[in-house]
Amino acid sequence: MKFKHAIFEKNSIILLVGILLMVSVGGLVEIVPLFYLENTIEKVDGMRPYTPLELAGRNIYIREGCYNCHSQMIRSTRDEVERYGHYSLAAESMYDHPFLWGSKRNGPDLARVGNKYSDEWHREHMIKPSSVVPETIMPGYPFLAESDLQFSQIDKDIKVNQMIGVPYTDDQVLNAVADLKAQLDEDSDDYDAFIERYPSAQVRDFDGNPSEITELDALIAYLQMLGTLVDFSIYNENENNR
Amino acid sequence: MTYQEVSSFSQSWGLVFLVTMFVIAVVYALWPSNKEKFDDAAKSLLDED
Amino acid sequence: MTFQNDPPVVSRLTQSLTASCLALGIIFAILIAAKTSSGAMQFHAFIIIAAFLAGIIAIFNLGGRINDDNAKASPSGVYYNNTIVKYGVIASAFWGIAGFLVGDILAWQLAFPVLNFDLPWTNFGRLRPLHTSAVIFAFGGNVLIATSFYVVQRTCKARLAGEIAPWFIFWGYQLFIVLAATGYLLGVTQSKEYAEPEWYVDLWLTIVWVTYLFVFLGTLWRRREPHIYVANWFYLAFIVTVAMLHLVNNATVPISFVEPKSYTIFAGVQDALTQWWYAHNAVGFFLTAGFLAIMYYFVPKRAERPIYSYRLSIVHFWSLIFLYIWAGPHHLHYTALPDWAQTLGMTFSVMLWMPSWGGMINGLMTLSGAWDKLRTDPVLKMLVVSVAFYGMSTFEGPLMSIKAVNGLSHYTDWTVGHVHSGALGWVAYVSFGALYCLTPWLWDRKGLYSLKLVNMHFWISTVGILLYICAMWVSGIMQGLMWRAYTELGFLEYSFVETVAAMQPYYIIRAVGGLLFIAGSLVMIYNLWRTILGHSANEATPENIDNAIAAQALGE
Repeated sequence: MKFKHAIFEKNSIILLVGILLMVSVGGLVEIVPLFYLENTIEKVDGMRPYTPLELAGRNIYIREGCYNCHSQMIRSTRDEVERYGHYSLAAESMYDHPFLWGSKRNGPDLARVGNKYSDEWHREHMIKPSSVVPETIMPGYPFLAESDLQFSQIDKDIKVNQMIGVPYTDDQVLNAVADLKAQLDEDSDDYDAFIERYPSAQVRDFDGNPSEITELDALIAYLQMLGTLVDFSIYNENENNR
Repeated sequence: MTYQEVSSFSQSWGLVFLVTMFVIAVVYALWPSNKEKFDDAAKSLLDED
Repeated sequence: MTFQNDPPVVSRLTQSLTASCLALGIIFAILIAAKTSSGAMQFHAFIIIAAFLAGIIAIFNLGGRINDDNAKASPSGVYYNNTIVKYGVIASAFWGIAGFLVGDILAWQLAFPVLNFDLPWTNFGRLRPLHTSAVIFAFGGNVLIATSFYVVQRTCKARLAGEIAPWFIFWGYQLFIVLAATGYLLGVTQSKEYAEPEWYVDLWLTIVWVTYLFVFLGTLWRRREPHIYVANWFYLAFIVTVAMLHLVNNATVPISFVEPKSYTIFAGVQDALTQWWYAHNAVGFFLTAGFLAIMYYFVPKRAERPIYSYRLSIVHFWSLIFLYIWAGPHHLHYTALPDWAQTLGMTFSVMLWMPSWGGMINGLMTLSGAWDKLRTDPVLKMLVVSVAFYGMSTFEGPLMSIKAVNGLSHYTDWTVGHVHSGALGWVAYVSFGALYCLTPWLWDRKGLYSLKLVNMHFWISTVGILLYICAMWVSGIMQGLMWRAYTELGFLEYSFVETVAAMQPYYIIRAVGGLLFIAGSLVMIYNLWRTILGHSANEATPENIDNAIAAQALGE
C-alpha cells in the first residue's frame, strides 16, 4: 500500500493517468447516455432538415453572433410558455449542427419567432431596429440587405450535414444550389421539385428585392421557419415524458 | 438501454465507486508516513532560488 | 533524472527539424491562400506564412541569445529559463488591457446601442467572443503559461525542458490568439461559446497545446525534488483536461480543406450538453484549477509561510477535479435536456461547494499568524482578496445551479455578474498578484517601483468590481422577476422590450465599473514598466504604507 502511494505521487505519468481517469467519469456518465437512451429525443411529426436557403441564413445568424443575445430554447416554465409558445423540444433541434440554444437574453427568445412578424417587419428591423422597436438595444445590420449571398458551394454544406447524420437525400445534395434559388421565386420552374424535396418550406422573395439574392433573404427565410415545423396539435406530451 | 437500467446501476455501483475514490484520496492524504514528505514539499517552496 | 549543471545549448538537429516543419506549414498555407474562396481564410493564411517565416529566422538566431541570457545560474545551480517567463509577463499585461477594453466597449454598447455603428466588424455579436477569448485565453492563458513555466522550474529545481519548444508554445499561442480574434471580426466562428475558433485554428491550438503538455511533463521528469509540489498537480490537470475538452467539443467536419466553415458532429441536445460540459470545465480547469496552482505557489511564497495544510490541498485537488466535470448540465435547467441530466448537474454543482471552500480556507489560513502582512504588503492583499472572491463566487455558483434559483437567474445579467465576480475578483486579481511578484523577481529588482501604486490599483479596481457585480445583481434579478410578473388579471405584466429598457441605468453603472477596473490595470502597467526599467519611487518602507492605510481608514 505504502509502496503504491510512493509510485503514485512521484511518477508524473501515473499522476497524469489518475487525472485523466477522474475527469473522464463525469463526461462519460452524462453525455454518452444521451446518444443511447431512446427517450432523449421526442417522437414528433413535421421535423425536416433545413432548406439550403435556411441553412445559409442560419450560417449568417452564426456569423453575426446573434446567439450571443438571443436564445432558441423556451424553458418549460409557465411565463416562458405564455410569452414565447410551447416549450422547446429536443426533437426541434435534432438537425442543428451546432445547436443554438444560447445562454443570455439581451433580446427575446427566437425559438418560435417564425411567422410571428411579416417579412417587411424583419427587413425594417434588420436595417434599423429602432424604427420598429424604439427602446431596442439591438445593433442594425443594414449591410445584410446590400451583400450578395455566397451560395455557389452550398451543396458542400448540405453534403457535410448528410455525412454527419442529417437525413438529406442525395437528390437534395445534388440540387442544393437550384433549391436555394427556387425558394426565392414562386414562379420558377424548379418550384414543384423543390416543394417535393422540402414539403412545408415557405417560398417567396424575403428581402423585398427580387432582382438580387442577398444575405437578408437567407436570414429572414431562416427566421420565418424557426419553431414552425412540429405539429403540436397532434403532439402527445405524456408519451414523451422524460 | 433504458433509463431504469442506467439509473439503478448508477445509484448502486456508481455510489460505491464514488465513495471508494474519495476514501482513497483521503487515506493517501492522511497516511502517517506521507506526512514528512508533504511537510518537506510545503517548506521547500520557500527556498531562495 | 537529468541534472543540468551546464548552460543550455540548442541542438542543430532540433533547429533543422523545427524549421522544416514550419517550412512545410508555409507550403500548406500558400496552397490554402491560393485555393480558398474565403477572404478571411486567405488573410489568415498570409498571417501564418509571415509568422512561420519569422519563426524560421528566430530559430537560427536562438542559440547565441539563450546562452547569453542564462550565463548566471540560480543559488541552487540551475540555469532557469527566465526569458520565456518575462515574455509571458509582458504578453499577459498587454492582452489583459486589450480584453478589458473590448469588454467595456461591449458594456457601453448595451447601454447605448448607437455605439455598434451598424458595421459588421463593430457589432456586439462579433465583439463579444473577441472579449471573452481575449480575457480568458489571451490574458488568462498567457498568465497560466508564464506562471506554470516559472513555478514548474522552481518547484522542480530544474530548467524548463526543451529550448525551442517553449518558444514555439509562446509564439504559437500568440498566433492562435491573433487568428481567433481576427477571425471573429471577419465573421469566422463556429458559435460554440468560448470555443468559437474554426477547425483550422483549433487544429493549430492542438499542436501548441500538446507541445505544452510535453514541455511541462519533461520538466517534471528533470526534477531534483523527490515530490511533485501540489501546484504542479493543478497545472497538469489544467493542461490535460483542457486538451480533452478542446478535442471533444471541437469535433467538426469542414466543408472543404480550403474553407473555414465546418459543422459540429454532434447535434441539438447532445451538442448542447457537450458544449456546456466543455464551457463549464473551461471555467473549472482553465479559470479555476490553473489559477489555484498560482494560489498554491504565490500565496505561500509571498507570505513566506508554507501552505496551511498540504494534506487538505491533496483532498482539495482530487475532489475538485472529480466533481467539477459533472457540473455542466446546470447551464441547461428546464431546457430540452432530459431531467436526469439536469438533476445530476445540479447535485454535483452543490457538492462542488465543499472542495472549493476547502481550497479557499487553505489559501486564506496560510496567513494565520501573519495577518499583519496584509497591512504592509498590498500585493499580498490583492492575492488574499482574490481568494476571498473565489470563495464568494464558488458559493454563488452552487446557489445558482439549484433549479429554482436558476429558473430566475438563467438568461439574465445575474449570470454575467456571477462570471465577473469570479473573473475580475478571482482570476484577474490572482493574476495581478502573480505579475506583481514575478516582475521584480525576473528582472532582478529589489522590489516594485511603488507599493503605493499597487494599493491604488487595488482600491480603484475593487470599487470597479463592486459597481459591476452589484449592478448586475440588481438588473439580473429585476429582469428575471419582470419576465415572470403577472397582472391581477393573469396576463404577463411586461413586454420583453420593457424589461430591456429598465436595464439601462444598471448597464451604465456596470460600464463605469469596468472603466475603473481598466484604470486600475493601467496603473499596474505603469508600475510594472517602471519596475522593469529599474526605477524606485523611494517609498519602500512598509511603515509608510502602514501609515497611509491607517490615514485612509481614519478618513483623512
